[in-house]
Amino acid sequence: MNNIQTKERPVTGAAQRQNGQVPTWSPPVDIYETKDAYVLCAEMPGVRKDGLDITVEDTTLTIVGRRAEQQSAGSVVHRESSPADYRRVFELDPTIDTAKIRARVEQGVVTVELPKAERVKPRKIKIGD
Amino acid sequence: MTPARFKTSEAWDPFRQLSSLREEIDRLFDQPLNAYNTPTQFWVGGGWPAVDLYEDRDKLIVKIEVPGMNKDDIDISLHDGVLAISGERKAEEKYAKAETHRFERFIGRFSRALSLPVAVQADKTSANYQDGVLTITLPKAEEAKPKQIQVQAE
Repeated sequence: MNNIQTKERPVTGAAQRQNGQVPTWSPPVDIYETKDAYVLCAEMPGVRKDGLDITVEDTTLTIVGRRAEQQSAGSVVHRESSPADYRRVFELDPTIDTAKIRARVEQGVVTVELPKAERVKPRKIKIGD
Repeated sequence: MTPARFKTSEAWDPFRQLSSLREEIDRLFDQPLNAYNTPTQFWVGGGWPAVDLYEDRDKLIVKIEVPGMNKDDIDISLHDGVLAISGERKAEEKYAKAETHRFERFIGRFSRALSLPVAVQADKTSANYQDGVLTITLPKAEEAKPKQIQVQAE
């Protein structure tokens, strides 16, 4: 069965800047499928609940994460982390019940649960006597 | 039984590796140039997790992006001016039996080490894990702090 497709990873950094866009960072994602739902885990360190923006439009799911404001830690000596916002877009399977999508963020990991619609869940058929 | 994690083609996907290579290159361009202008630093590790180092008048602050960890699985040590961070990120146990469609997040053991540019007070070093970011605060040793010299007028 078809499931959740990640749209082509958005061009990051330099390429986006060239196009006049605000650069975003594409976070790594794991996608699992259980009997009842698809589960999507996106890694967004530094993001809290209020910095998270999850939208569903038709069958497109967009996750945007903004890091919480930090008090200045001093001058940068070395930096490997990206200062850009996180953004990743997914194409959802039409069997997902978009009204029942739930999300939470815990220690920088955003977990989105996408329940399957009742009609596509495996069902045991009772055999009559 | 084969672990669910390797059931799908996600276990090795050359296109995914190419795309992450492209991101690494983009990341290089995104880094401030001064990151390469610090001959006093010696970095070991690389890749995951990302490590940042900040400095102000009386302390160094190291930030490490290690989301989704249990804080007991992180080890921090300071020895001879070298700060070492290591640990293990385990797979999401909850989904061990689920089918894996995509697997991009790092799991396994990691370690990073850096030699600190100035002497610090090891006994006053503290660490805090919040929002998936580990922040280590290292107060500078007294002799490493900048001193104001008063000019005496005769």
